[in-house]
Amino acid sequence: MSSDPFARPRAANGRAPDVFKRGGWVPMREFSDAEAVDFVVVGTGAGGGPLLAGLAEGGFSVVGFDAGPYFRPLEDFASDELEQEKLYWTDERVVDGANPITMGGKNSGKAVGGSTVHFAMVSLRFRPEWFKSRSMLGYGADWPLDWREMWDYYARAEQALSISGPVSYPWGPKRPRYPYRAHELNGAAQLLARGAEAMGIKWTATPLATVSAPHGRSPPCVYRGFCRFGCSTNAKQSQLVTFIPRALRAGAEIRDLAMVGHIEMGRNGRVSGVHYHREGHWRFQKARNVIVAGYAIETPRLLLASASDRYPGGLANSSGLVGRNLMTQSNQAVFGVMQQQVRWNKGPPSLALTEHWNYDDRKDFAGGYCWMAQGPLPVEWVTVQTGARGLWGQALRDEMEKYNHQVGLKMVGEMLPDERNRVTLAEEKDSHGLRVARVTYGWGDNDKALIRHALGQMQASLEAVGATDIFRQEDDTNHLAGTARMGDDPAMSVVSADCRSWDIPNLWVCDGSIFPTTGGVNPSLTITSIAMRTADRIRTLAARGEL
Amino acid sequence: MTDRYPAYDVLAKRWTESWNEATRKVIDRRLAVPREPRFFSASEWRTLGALCDRILPQPKDRPPVPLPAYVDQKITDGRLDGYRYAEIPPQGEAWRRGLAALEAASQEAHGASFHALSAERQDGLLHRMQQGDLTGEAWGGMPCDLFFEHRVIPDITHAYYAHPTAWSEIGFGGPASPRGYVRMGLDRRDPWEAVEATCGKEEARARRNNSRVV
Repeated sequence: MSSDPFARPRAANGRAPDVFKRGGWVPMREFSDAEAVDFVVVGTGAGGGPLLAGLAEGGFSVVGFDAGPYFRPLEDFASDELEQEKLYWTDERVVDGANPITMGGKNSGKAVGGSTVHFAMVSLRFRPEWFKSRSMLGYGADWPLDWREMWDYYARAEQALSISGPVSYPWGPKRPRYPYRAHELNGAAQLLARGAEAMGIKWTATPLATVSAPHGRSPPCVYRGFCRFGCSTNAKQSQLVTFIPRALRAGAEIRDLAMVGHIEMGRNGRVSGVHYHREGHWRFQKARNVIVAGYAIETPRLLLASASDRYPGGLANSSGLVGRNLMTQSNQAVFGVMQQQVRWNKGPPSLALTEHWNYDDRKDFAGGYCWMAQGPLPVEWVTVQTGARGLWGQALRDEMEKYNHQVGLKMVGEMLPDERNRVTLAEEKDSHGLRVARVTYGWGDNDKALIRHALGQMQASLEAVGATDIFRQEDDTNHLAGTARMGDDPAMSVVSADCRSWDIPNLWVCDGSIFPTTGGVNPSLTITSIAMRTADRIRTLAARGEL
Repeated sequence: MTDRYPAYDVLAKRWTESWNEATRKVIDRRLAVPREPRFFSASEWRTLGALCDRILPQPKDRPPVPLPAYVDQKITDGRLDGYRYAEIPPQGEAWRRGLAALEAASQEAHGASFHALSAERQDGLLHRMQQGDLTGEAWGGMPCDLFFEHRVIPDITHAYYAHPTAWSEIGFGGPASPRGYVRMGLDRRDPWEAVEATCGKEEARARRNNSRVV
């Protein structure tokens, strides 16, 4: 029967969990600490997963570290909101600033597969102009990447994740057909569509990383609606069931329950490996290259914590930008009550969306946003009712009883980079003796203007479908980005277009941290695409002897 | 008890295709929560009990969801939130300090313990806490409104709406793996979902149908 995935590492003794089979195993190659591997990858989410697969398939020796456990969804995942908090990074982080960020489920994962184990599967492409938002749209910063190359990697990522999506996508340049047909709309998505049509704007079925027909050992989605708490059937195409198994087959090693605490510098100005904590001991893995893929909080935390006499400000930080320009995305919502039964908990939570205001520039603020249908489960829903309306007591009970009639629209909005929004190290330490992250955040005037606009639009959409008792959730954020931005200028960025740090040639960063701007869509498909590109670039550089 | 979903009981689906083994174990554990405090002292426990009764008053005609027990369990198990406001101490300490400060505020305002106050007076103090109007040394610099919003409210209300009793009350389908759902559109109900009594005469029909929902 099932063992406790938290008690001791599962990936050990030449085998790793077979995620498709209760109690199952697959063979895994192992490397010794003393043997320098070609690449250590810290983190196994949307950034780390494709790198592990791409590098192992390219013939490199690779070890992927994750602080979290190695789950087998079929035996480990319950249909329960609280239990499934085990997927989140709930270790302490101190938050402050004018608008402190709520950390946890919506923006942090701690498991092999990272946050993709609990993400909402929304798989969207950036608007092309966002890669040059400074020069083309007049805000933020330019990326050192060309959108046409990204368009190609997006298509590859969509294939690799078997995205289910519409036949034609209403916005942006032409893109190929999605590999799987779109999912049926639930009541909440039907209402988004009706509202958009009443307002004269386009909508679409959301491209989602959960299969609408069998794929390999993944069965089609059964619409149980607990997507953000882990998929217990493996319909969801998380890193855990896609790139990570590929990486293992290609000879990568995964180390679960392995917290990397420090990157070691050699005498030659290159990193020499990582110190990591596993099974009660600190160990040292030698490596020729280290790629940090821990997302926008843990990545800068590790780079800053690896400071030494020679690098007092942390590694890869000659620009002083490690930890700076943290971005989250505005995630405000408008909710209402329908006469009809919506039963919004059925199916993936965001089955329909509109990107209208990502592509229409007739507005008096910078950046864009989309909005999506919603399907919060009871604990999430009481968080909204108490947080947005301050309800408790009988008034709260009365509102909660309307659960099956609720409808809602929630935005994913672009917040602008600001150096004052940042990750630093707090004085207090975690259970490994490592200083915890302090996350400081405040919204700018442009962020507030964008949120105001979006709330008005979403409210108009709900009014158009006849919702009553409409209220706004004005304070919510989700995905993270920034803190190790990429760029063309070493003085203004941490890494190059290849995700290689400017300061230390064998230290790389590849996750949402490298985003110079965050766009008005969910970031996971962009992270995945950039990681696939980075793996290709590394193979090219290696072939040229430039590693 | 609510009449919106008469006789609907999520637990009736325990042995159906809507509950997998992992879920059964989790819910069994939840229902078996120890009813005695392990973290809180006897006096803190009394204050907490009275507080929970006001944050989520429960019907008298069914066994209550033991909310103080879940608050105690969260602290005892060390289940964290993933973030902490710089002004609020770690959760156990925050709760100790907050309950003591609420008790002190009650003594100061009414010369009696919080648990002994009338519901109106208890609510009055809680409104003042929510609005940031309770001050005093007992708070030790912790803003009372942040304590209310980030400790009192989530720890109590999450425990309630994670309980099968609450799921049945609001007509939530509950656990759903591997069966999931089939009828997706507006006003569509799968046979294993709760039937709503939309008006008085529907009540009997809903009760009959809900007793067959598995």
